Amino acid sequence: MIEIDGLTKRYGGTLAVDDLTFSVEPGKVTGFLGPNGAGKTTTMRMILGLDRPTGGTVTVHGKAFGQLAWPMREVGALLDAKAVHGGRSAYHHLLCLAQTNNLPRRRVSEVLELVGLQDVARKRSKGFSLGMSQRLGIAAALLGDPATLMFDEPVNGLDPDGILWIRNLMKGLAAEGRTVFVSSHLMSEMEHTADRLIVIGRGRLIADCTVTEFIAANSTQKVRVLTPQRDLLAKVAASAGGTVCDDGDGDGALTVQGLAPSRVGDLAFEHGIRLHELAAAHASLEEAFMELTASSVQFRAGVPADAGRQPVYAGKAA
Amino acid sequence: MTTATTPTAPIGTRAHQPAGVPVHRPSGRAGFASAVRSEVTKITSVRSTYWSLLVLIVVTVGIGAAAGASAAHSASGPSFDPTQTSLYGLVFGQLIIAVLGVLTVTSEYSTGMVRTSLTSMPRRGTMVAAKAVVLAAVGLGTGLVASFGAFFAGQELMGHHINATLGQPHVLRAVIGGALFLAVSGLLGLGLGLILRHAAAAICAAVGLLFVLFILALELPSSWRVGTWVPLNAGSQIWQTVAPAASTHMLSAWTGFAVFCGYAAIAVIGGLILFRKRDA
Repeated sequence: MIEIDGLTKRYGGTLAVDDLTFSVEPGKVTGFLGPNGAGKTTTMRMILGLDRPTGGTVTVHGKAFGQLAWPMREVGALLDAKAVHGGRSAYHHLLCLAQTNNLPRRRVSEVLELVGLQDVARKRSKGFSLGMSQRLGIAAALLGDPATLMFDEPVNGLDPDGILWIRNLMKGLAAEGRTVFVSSHLMSEMEHTADRLIVIGRGRLIADCTVTEFIAANSTQKVRVLTPQRDLLAKVAASAGGTVCDDGDGDGALTVQGLAPSRVGDLAFEHGIRLHELAAAHASLEEAFMELTASSVQFRAGVPADAGRQPVYAGKAA
Repeated sequence: MTTATTPTAPIGTRAHQPAGVPVHRPSGRAGFASAVRSEVTKITSVRSTYWSLLVLIVVTVGIGAAAGASAAHSASGPSFDPTQTSLYGLVFGQLIIAVLGVLTVTSEYSTGMVRTSLTSMPRRGTMVAAKAVVLAAVGLGTGLVASFGAFFAGQELMGHHINATLGQPHVLRAVIGGALFLAVSGLLGLGLGLILRHAAAAICAAVGLLFVLFILALELPSSWRVGTWVPLNAGSQIWQTVAPAASTHMLSAWTGFAVFCGYAAIAVIGGLILFRKRDA
């Protein structure tokens, strides 16, 4: 359980995190989404007490991270897989972490086996591939058998095998009743793993909802229509409540939003409009996410300062 | 990449628990003793530690032997201090241990390990204290080997007509003092590492404090008494047995060492304050 209330972080003149309030609950995978530079990593660093908030509070299991008696038994985190002394073996890296929380040596061997690094346990980690480093970082996060786990962009740079492994791992951890908080800038990744989404842009909360809600609210149905009677169809569809535009393919097809394909077909039949093509098209979650965060992308030129500042819908608990 | 093992069994040591996972919380909290064990593992599990300590011993003993051999022919007069002569190598030994002190901190920054360390032990004062204790112990242990080694090698090569023995006044204090001097030099490096966070900057600062100030002070008139307070001059008084001439305005053995400890304390405490305040 992670609770964040009014969390703010200012670096000089830049607001990296701006009055964030949300909570991450046990038993599910919560995706933390936002474009690069949205403030995801900064937020995670504040949860772990690495960075001091400018304002607001953050607690894990009801306490500030620094106040936890046995931090590794409460929270396991993977922020940066390369945050390891390359001259130290995987085994000793994990051992020096385990010792701070009085975790037994056999737990080190257990997690090494769990992530599949037992054969390279005595090798210095500077020779590890990114995938192996990610596994080592995950082993460190699992050491204390914690109830809350955090992963910052865990699939970055992984091969498909590794991605699948991490997805299953996160789902498995949540199914055991743990709190799993995972950040990503890829909506498609979260589609596969997350139950719940927290979307931020420019340090501010954009959405806090279940994935199902997110899909319902954002994947507006589109219908592609090809007809020789374009003007008539556009008029009929518009008067029935649809939004009509040219689909931009240059083939003269129209895109109707807000009406089901069957409704468009019925309307055409009722008005004697000949149809050459009628196809349903779902806006992908990726598109929805892009649209939602587009106005909040930090480094885009010419974005009005206040764009994307209103949460589209926030605070609806699952 | 090793073979992927997709976990099918429960991740932790517990069975499936859908309604939230209870945290196993033993009594007490992650504290100093645990942090010390962790720091011992850290310092003993990288090769550079062994290399630098080996070089420290070889250089200190080697210079002690060379100084002894050379003194066998040239030494004379009441101001000749056979103990101090055999311990001259400590001047270089202190730099090596100071660099090791710097690296125990800056290697955590350069690799990003500091963030991983702090997520296992977020109490920063405890972490710094553990680092300091372990480094001081390593410095003292290595220092005893180097200091006694240099003493015996130097005395042996000096010849029995001029050399010192441990039973003579102040000699044992000087030889053990040499090890203390190294331990405190390491702490000075650790403090500089905490303040500056980059190895190159902190090592430059250490060389500046320990060597450059010493050389600069030699250029100044002794009546200015700057030399009295230069770290190397203050700290090295503990490994002499013949008090320097009053005209040099040197501090006494223990007073000088206390001043040297003061510099290290300022560096470590300053570093700790910054470490607690800064984002990691």
